[in-house]
Amino acid sequence: MPTFLLKRLLQSLAVFLGVSLVIFLMLRTAGDPVQILLGEEGTQHDVARLREALGLDRSLPVQYVLFLRNALRGDLGVSYHHGVPAMELVLERVPATLELAGAAMLIAVVLAIPLGVIAANGRGGFWDRFFLSGSLVGISAPPFWVGIVCILVFGVVFRWLPTSGRGGWEHLILPAGSLALYRLALFIRLVRSGMLDVLGQDYVRTARSKGLAERVVVFKHALKNTLIPFITIAGLQMGSLLAGAVVTERVFAWPGMGRLILDSIQKLDYPVVMCWALVTAAIFILINLAVDVSYSFVDPRVRSG
Amino acid sequence: MAQGTALQPYEAEAPPAPRPTPARALAARGDALAGAAVLLAACFVALLAPWISPHDPIGQNLRSALRPPFFLPGTLPGFLLGTDGLGRDVLSYIFHGFRISLAVGLSAVAISSVLGVALGVWAGYRGGRADTLIMRLADFQLTLPTVLVALAVIALFGSGVGKLILLIGLTHWAVYARTVRGSVLAIREREFVESARALGAPAWTVIRRHVLPNVMTPILIIAAVELPRVMLLESTLSFLGLGVPPTVPSLGGAIAHGYGYLLSGYWWLTVLPGLALMVVVIAINVMGDWLRDLLDPRMVR
Repeated sequence: MPTFLLKRLLQSLAVFLGVSLVIFLMLRTAGDPVQILLGEEGTQHDVARLREALGLDRSLPVQYVLFLRNALRGDLGVSYHHGVPAMELVLERVPATLELAGAAMLIAVVLAIPLGVIAANGRGGFWDRFFLSGSLVGISAPPFWVGIVCILVFGVVFRWLPTSGRGGWEHLILPAGSLALYRLALFIRLVRSGMLDVLGQDYVRTARSKGLAERVVVFKHALKNTLIPFITIAGLQMGSLLAGAVVTERVFAWPGMGRLILDSIQKLDYPVVMCWALVTAAIFILINLAVDVSYSFVDPRVRSG
Repeated sequence: MAQGTALQPYEAEAPPAPRPTPARALAARGDALAGAAVLLAACFVALLAPWISPHDPIGQNLRSALRPPFFLPGTLPGFLLGTDGLGRDVLSYIFHGFRISLAVGLSAVAISSVLGVALGVWAGYRGGRADTLIMRLADFQLTLPTVLVALAVIALFGSGVGKLILLIGLTHWAVYARTVRGSVLAIREREFVESARALGAPAWTVIRRHVLPNVMTPILIIAAVELPRVMLLESTLSFLGLGVPPTVPSLGGAIAHGYGYLLSGYWWLTVLPGLALMVVVIAINVMGDWLRDLLDPRMVR
């Protein structure tokens, strides 16, 4: 187990270095930060001086090493527009984004498991068809549009819930709910087909023929084995939930990382973009690591691979 | 969905039904038939948008702005779905939006599938270091959501239809590559391939004659799943202002425009384009499910 963990950690570190290098190169080839900082008015002299002050007059490899060194100290540069360290800006907004994505994941998982089981148990029946059609709509609707329709229905027409900003739980319902919908639809299909697979297997047949109550067969024997692969997939979906949160944050004016990054992109605030990319990559790597490790606990065969 | 007649999986299995022809299989399933009809209509609209649109989709006329669609009072004659905040005809805009949506979707899926098949065949057939590298790249790609990659890339290089297609195409090949690699590994050891290689057939011939025909089915199924996802991605990026440029009509852009008028009561501006996109994506998903059932009956749904 320790070697497995060590190997994964090293791989994660390599991925992280790779991400930073790619982003570093993209930033350096895409534009000249000095030009952006000084605008049209900068004289030759100003440009040269600022270039030197920012360390941009050195060779690319040296710049990258310096960047890494500063990054290790937690210094990722100062936002061009806010005048505060970029890292501070990004980290400030991490909790709001994690709250939104976490709530959405919770809604999707908690609802998908019972609904998927109900659909699989009554295969071909009314509820099965109902949930299948519903999930078809769920995976086909543009997620940001679902958010807007929710605002329209629950915020504008009925005025039941607040439609923007972050506050108590009532602020969380609409954004988390609309972010959860796509995942919920996906998960219902996953749980359903997983249950159908498992219900057809011999040991379930044996359990039934032993005369066990249907409830015990479904929940104790079948569901348990459905959930193992499901949890892995759900864990990996956490990453795409974080990505989807960018759009949801825009629609609901949720003060998370997504809004910051969209603003920063429009203002070409490169240190913030860089910082956001690295923080996101770090969150991703942690999630993947957690999923891998938990999977290897559940299924020991994975460890040797 | 084989409803009604579906057996409970733990009961005795029925003898396999004779495989129906595609046309009959389509007719037997109402949902697939409806999906095909919608999809056909959408393709028709997308192809002929410049000729069947009643107005110029980006022609602004502020004097006739914000007119409601036909089912509400105060409609402007000739503008079936009303006009938006800049006086553009909503119907024409949606027609042209379909055009972009399908064009981006199909081109991106074409690029990513060809790239994925090529890399998958290479990885599986050659093995060794190329295999390891390609598969690690695929793992990496699968963990990074495109919205995030797109944010970074478009922040740096700007937006454009061509760039968008390339971006999506280059970041969606992993699923194809994985599947193809798996099939190639399995096929490579089969007798007919081994004998072809033993007879001195060049690698390319073996791949073209024996490997590619065997991987076409899964590729088609994956592409059918990817197309609607890519179309939704395009609309999401365009909604954020990161997809196609604002001068090009797109459904995501139309929804974003309408979103600005949501609180003023002009709800149809954002609801109608989204509804139109959703209906087409549902149709593609239904067709994809049908295709999978047809080509790969073993899969449980």
